[in-house]
Amino acid sequence: MKLIGRTLLVAQLLFLIGPLLLLALTALSAGETLEFPPDGLSLRWMARVFEIESFRASFMTSLLVAVASTVFSLLLGLPAAYAFSRYTVPFGEAIRLFLSSPIIVPGIVVGLALLDFVVVPFALDPIGALLVAHTALLIPYSVRVVGASLAGLRVDIEEAAVLLGSTRLGAFRSVVLPNIQNGVMAAAVLGFITSFNQVPVSLFLTGPGVSTLPIDMLAYVEATFDPSMAALSVMLAVLSLIIVFATERLLGLSKYV
Amino acid sequence: MSSSAYLTIRDLTLSYGASVAVAGLNFEVANGEFVSLLGPSGCGKTTTMRAIAGLLQPSAGRIFLGGEDITRVPPNKRDIGLVFQSYALFPHLSVFDNVAFGLKLKGMRGGELTRLVDEALASVGLTGYAKRLPKELSGGQQQRVALARSIVVRPRLLLLDEPLSNLDARLRVEMRAELGRLQRDLKLTMIYVTHDQSEALALSDRVVVMNKGRIEQVGSPGDIYERPQTAFVAQFMGFENIVTVQAGRACGRDGALSDIAMDVPFTTLAWRPAAVVLGGGPIPGTIRAAAYLGQSIEYLVDTPLGIIKAETPASAGRVSLGSEVRIDLPLEKAASFA
Repeated sequence: MKLIGRTLLVAQLLFLIGPLLLLALTALSAGETLEFPPDGLSLRWMARVFEIESFRASFMTSLLVAVASTVFSLLLGLPAAYAFSRYTVPFGEAIRLFLSSPIIVPGIVVGLALLDFVVVPFALDPIGALLVAHTALLIPYSVRVVGASLAGLRVDIEEAAVLLGSTRLGAFRSVVLPNIQNGVMAAAVLGFITSFNQVPVSLFLTGPGVSTLPIDMLAYVEATFDPSMAALSVMLAVLSLIIVFATERLLGLSKYV
Repeated sequence: MSSSAYLTIRDLTLSYGASVAVAGLNFEVANGEFVSLLGPSGCGKTTTMRAIAGLLQPSAGRIFLGGEDITRVPPNKRDIGLVFQSYALFPHLSVFDNVAFGLKLKGMRGGELTRLVDEALASVGLTGYAKRLPKELSGGQQQRVALARSIVVRPRLLLLDEPLSNLDARLRVEMRAELGRLQRDLKLTMIYVTHDQSEALALSDRVVVMNKGRIEQVGSPGDIYERPQTAFVAQFMGFENIVTVQAGRACGRDGALSDIAMDVPFTTLAWRPAAVVLGGGPIPGTIRAAAYLGQSIEYLVDTPLGIIKAETPASAGRVSLGSEVRIDLPLEKAASFA
């Protein structure tokens, strides 16, 4: 029985991680095309990634959009999460479901809808459009993740602070925020990664001259079939892994997600 | 408002939609007095306490403290302390910072802050625990921190919400004695919310018994225990055998008049189980159940007046189940009310 269990576990891990390993190997290829097994080993494609001008620009766009939309989604999501956890909100369930809709509705639909009803009517430039879209996409994460850590916090510590002379806002700052900061950090990390890796919604909103990194990569792969794409993918995957691993170690991300 | 009143509750009413949690409450507390709000869960005692603290806004009525109408004063400006049932310590702050919280809000810093916090910790027996986090303390110790945090700011009034209910029996007795000592030393005016008669009787100068959002009786512990004025208070204080009387005869279990004469002007009489005389008397009965309680034995006796609970000293020997007995309900030991 034990042997079967182990075998299944190994098979499962191979299924999950295998493709990434293959990709990592092709990224180290010395050859001219994306192929397996790689045609000799070298770091030339890793280096090549940094020479492609448009990747540098789209990386900066992605970074800006990810950081800004994470901040916006927390600014909007935190008060919502607080309201849900502390008060009986009229139509609370419906509002909660509505706030989750950006992750339930397929990205393609969200992207098209935003394009038709927000971006075009309000004449948003691509950066503005991406910020609006990603903020909306990340709100469900911040509401849920911050909500989970608020749920573990007693309401009466706020009352205790108020009775000792604190204002409501002061109590939030001095006794609520310090106790949910791990949840807020977890929501930020999750939001950043989600935004940074976003494809289907961004696809509709990027315009001439402005693209996010994943969209740029998609365009590149359609035109060119060299291992630089594998190299970039591996670098991004490793970056994500490091962020998630560090967050897990420091904050226990798995408690919230 | 009488001249001795420090806290005055006048016509206090709190309702949520159609349901009324507290209905037209009136009572007063003198300066330095220890008053308990006693009643079963849902009687409105906690709601009343939260309204006094300012955490709930009354639908009607007024609250005066030290002659000032505080009904509309926000809770952070009332100078009223509250010790929560769950302690409500700030989990991210050390014991020292928990206790210092209120003083820091008043702008106190440095040596004076340290001195007052140390003093407060010493007064609850927690010297040497200042650097710990709440989660590193036992329940009893957390309770002491909560107490120290409330008294260090010298509140005008200290409210305690079932503060001992999460402690084990031995600690409870210890903390009870300590609360009494603190109240005397600091001359604090305290309102103690509890559902536990023995706590209320042991600690209070006066007890306010509440039921269903109304006051049943206000009095000294002796008054409440010996002379309950309503059937509810009687039952709550252990007068478990309640008999109604009409036209000089006791009513049976179905409400019909029995042939047992009780020549009293009152309509309701109540007896503690220990006051019931077993083995002789005008009322016939059958032993239905017996429970050995150590010091005594408790019997359930089936009589024409319904089930009567009788308690006899264990030394008096045991009456076997099913035996026919006669019991007496002596009028001089009855609590009586209209």
